[in-house]
Amino acid sequence: MSTQDRSKQYMNPYLAGVLLGLVLLLTFYITGRGLGASGAVKSSVVAAVDAVSHSHATGSKYYSQFISDDNHPLNSWLVFEVLGVFAGAFLSGALAGRLKLKVEHSPKISSRTRLIFAGLGGLFFGLGSQFARGCTSGAALSGMAVLSLGGFLAMIFIFGTGYVVAYFFRKLWI
Amino acid sequence: MGPLITNGIIDPGWNNYIALLLGMAFGFVLESAGFSSSRKLAGVFYGYDFVVLKVFFTAAVVSVIGIYLMGHLGWLDISKLYIQPAYVQSTIVGGVIMGIGFLMGGFCPGTSFTGVAIGKIDAMVFSVGMFIGVLIFGELYPLFENLYNAGNLGYITITEYFGIQPGIFILGLTVVALVAFYVTAIIQQKVKKVDY
Repeated sequence: MSTQDRSKQYMNPYLAGVLLGLVLLLTFYITGRGLGASGAVKSSVVAAVDAVSHSHATGSKYYSQFISDDNHPLNSWLVFEVLGVFAGAFLSGALAGRLKLKVEHSPKISSRTRLIFAGLGGLFFGLGSQFARGCTSGAALSGMAVLSLGGFLAMIFIFGTGYVVAYFFRKLWI
Repeated sequence: MGPLITNGIIDPGWNNYIALLLGMAFGFVLESAGFSSSRKLAGVFYGYDFVVLKVFFTAAVVSVIGIYLMGHLGWLDISKLYIQPAYVQSTIVGGVIMGIGFLMGGFCPGTSFTGVAIGKIDAMVFSVGMFIGVLIFGELYPLFENLYNAGNLGYITITEYFGIQPGIFILGLTVVALVAFYVTAIIQQKVKKVDY
């Protein structure tokens, strides 16, 4: 097997699923809460807005919920967890020989198209995760682990909508 | 008995270190499974790669069985686990917006971070987009406030809502997962291969 093949080798998905399930279980066992991702983005936005204009942040009915005098918005469990995600993913990528600066896209579209839609997709995900109070990790996956109604709703509507709109975005992927 | 921090068995001073370690394990597994590749993730919507479904569903089943088993054995106090409040309308709207975002961007927040970590420029742009999306929500919050707070059913589980025994529901979920693995394996064989 050539080195190029080896670098593409990923873990067996069912094994990865079991490991991910065990990490999530351990997280609930230790902290009483699940894993997340979009919450760290929210903390960063709150911290940035607060740094630019403290009065604007405290005057906002949204940002002010996440600001307190005795704790910086970035001193949150999810921010540290996401820093860990970066480190863990980097380690995995380094061990598998996947560290490479590149734009990944279908040969049918240009890098520019890919980046425009990546940015738009991120924007939609950022917006949607605030409405749903979490994303695929914090709302859907962690929610399902404790059988939360909100978690199942998030999962069904994220993936359900994905299948409904997949046809319109097919040129980006296939 | 868990949860260890909630029950004061582990000092909350360890919180951020534990967050870092659990996050590392989370990121390592996601990247190892190939979740740092948007084209691999998008496969679940076109039938050429079902890795998302396999990993996500397996993890959900393993964690929910583990949680209820540990609860049954008296190792974990399930009543102390955080259950997200179900704001039905807002969650549906958010889910729909995220679904569209998934197909445009090919990532979700957690997976985009794993892409950033290994140098995917598209993942970096996605992350910047997320930041802007959250900022737009924050700035326009007065417009969304009513929807955001509407229809709160509280900290409710799906089994309480439908009046089903958790054990039966979990068994059903496991069966659905196994059927989904079987059916998607057949679909994947019939769908034209996509090289990426």
